[in-house]
Amino acid sequence: MSKQANSFRTQPDERGHFGQFGGRFVAETLMPLVLDLEREYRAAQADPAFQAEFDDLLEHYVGRPSPLYFAPGLTKELNGAQVWFKRDELNHTGAHKINNCVGQILLAIRMGKTRIIAETGAGQHGVATATVCARFGLPCVVYMGATDVARQAPNVFRMKLLGAEVVPVTAGAATLKDAMNEALRDWVANVHDTFYIIGTAAGPHPYPEMVRNFQSVIGKEARAQMLSRTGRLPDLLVAAIGGGSNALGLFHPFLDDPDVKMLGVEAAGHGLDKEHAASLLGGSPGVLHGNRTYLLQDADGQITEGHSISAGLDYPGIGPEHAWLKETGRVEYTAVTDDEALDAFQLLCRTEGIIPALEPSHAIAAVKKIAPTMPTDAIILANLCGRGDKDIFTVADKLGVEI
Amino acid sequence: MTRLSSAFAKPHPALVCFITAGDGDTAANLDALVEGGADVIELGMPFTDPMADGPAIQAANLRSLGAGTTTADILLIANEFRERHPTVPLVLMGYANPMVRRGPEWFAAECAGCGVDGVICVDIPPEEDEALGPALRAHGIAPIRLATPTTDAARLPAVLEGSAGFLYYVSVAGITGKQQAEIGSIEANVRRIKQSTDLPVAVGFGVRTPDQAREIAQVADGVVVGSALVDLVGQFGAAAPAKMRELTSALAQAVHSSQ
Repeated sequence: MSKQANSFRTQPDERGHFGQFGGRFVAETLMPLVLDLEREYRAAQADPAFQAEFDDLLEHYVGRPSPLYFAPGLTKELNGAQVWFKRDELNHTGAHKINNCVGQILLAIRMGKTRIIAETGAGQHGVATATVCARFGLPCVVYMGATDVARQAPNVFRMKLLGAEVVPVTAGAATLKDAMNEALRDWVANVHDTFYIIGTAAGPHPYPEMVRNFQSVIGKEARAQMLSRTGRLPDLLVAAIGGGSNALGLFHPFLDDPDVKMLGVEAAGHGLDKEHAASLLGGSPGVLHGNRTYLLQDADGQITEGHSISAGLDYPGIGPEHAWLKETGRVEYTAVTDDEALDAFQLLCRTEGIIPALEPSHAIAAVKKIAPTMPTDAIILANLCGRGDKDIFTVADKLGVEI
Repeated sequence: MTRLSSAFAKPHPALVCFITAGDGDTAANLDALVEGGADVIELGMPFTDPMADGPAIQAANLRSLGAGTTTADILLIANEFRERHPTVPLVLMGYANPMVRRGPEWFAAECAGCGVDGVICVDIPPEEDEALGPALRAHGIAPIRLATPTTDAARLPAVLEGSAGFLYYVSVAGITGKQQAEIGSIEANVRRIKQSTDLPVAVGFGVRTPDQAREIAQVADGVVVGSALVDLVGQFGAAAPAKMRELTSALAQAVHSSQ
């Protein structure tokens, strides 16, 4: 019997493959660097001092552990399963992204790198990267699609306040994938001193595994908190998926708990038959940005643009581990539309006094559909991976409100 | 002898010319390259996300895709080139996703059917060779690999293993069309690589002028010029072939008389 059949937590293999997905599809210039990164990451993993510093920063700088919260108002409203949230929106910088950035910048410093680059879509990862760069005194360049720069002005200003240089990318469609292309171009030209902090569990090995591991603090905490509070594990985990790091962070520690079901929620945009960003439900396997995974692409393998009301979800790919989890059937995937996410955003504001980001609003929209179909003693745990302050302008615009 | 080995067996270094398929009148531009004296042709397959390319080739990719170029169009361009130029080696260069979209077997068979001699895939390193390499070899297409300044001695054997046709030495750690490395570093790296392989070594990235090409040709088996040619298509459009013939001729003269 293969190892894989016994555990869903032993991926990837030594070449960074999650089944047929993942890998290291990068230009030769980057290969030695990617191999070096993997060696250094393995050494850091084996070094208790590295883990201790990571844990210390998460506790005292990020504000972990984040609370596990039973949502009485939403539960009552939905009249079904109990709804609980992992409150990662309460982290410093307002999203789960910071967990990964703390880990990667510690690794960058360990490797002697003196310059940090990152890509960002909605700006949350850019803000988190700029934050840790300010904290550790390293120069930071954030690549951001010019379209996103325009629609995420508050986050652009935050990054600048934190001392980062924000470079608007006008190539291609000027969104997240183009920002990632430009970050890769920078990296390939500055390999000697530059560390690329990738914001999601995608890219060449070891990034998908490394980002997942840094984000797994979400699931580890949630699992222990749930056991301590209720004496049992949740029946269903729900998380939104763009690249998929918050979902993997929540799911991974539970993957070998057979009674815990999991649901990843992609952005269906205007609908799966129209413009969307659902790589798993509406895409097909291909190779982009260093890994083989599900992509939005045409018959010739040209990448098509993702659309979502949430700038954090409109990436045309997805982390390779999700592609593998989909094919193995361990995690179920669904998608909700912009309108459904917008409704869920307002629902949480009204029932819980929490303004969620548009990304987790997708997870909440899925919860809204499923909770009423489950018994009242069932437990749903959803990841509230970001707060909605950054999205109020988008939401106001969609609701036809001038602010 | 294959078309590629014949090109590198000439008594002078080879001029390798790159243009992007579907950007401008590609057939006329290709003919201009051959008439100008190019020894090997690299035909770029446009991709929406050309992350190893600088502004010139990025723009060419966008122009080509904007004009509606499909994989079928590129293969047709290759096939017609082969009919017009039976002896000039033709290499397809691009990114993994368009190459493997219909499966590596399909792509390799199409390449063989169109008379393509080699394939350079920017983002399939030796570690991921199985994604395309075995299919190419089975169809007699040379998988041409890239070596870079970061390809150290420990790694070079892995790059050379399974390579064929020629080795493409990327002279700078960076993207296409930007600055050129200083000649001393190029010479040292080419010498280092040639100690480990009998494959010809062609040097590219950042080579734009006949003077630069001459200097590199003195220390390598071939010189690759891309962005400077692609820029002509962007600048002159339908009038590009004449300009391209002119530049290629100057480059060829410099490269061919260098040693």
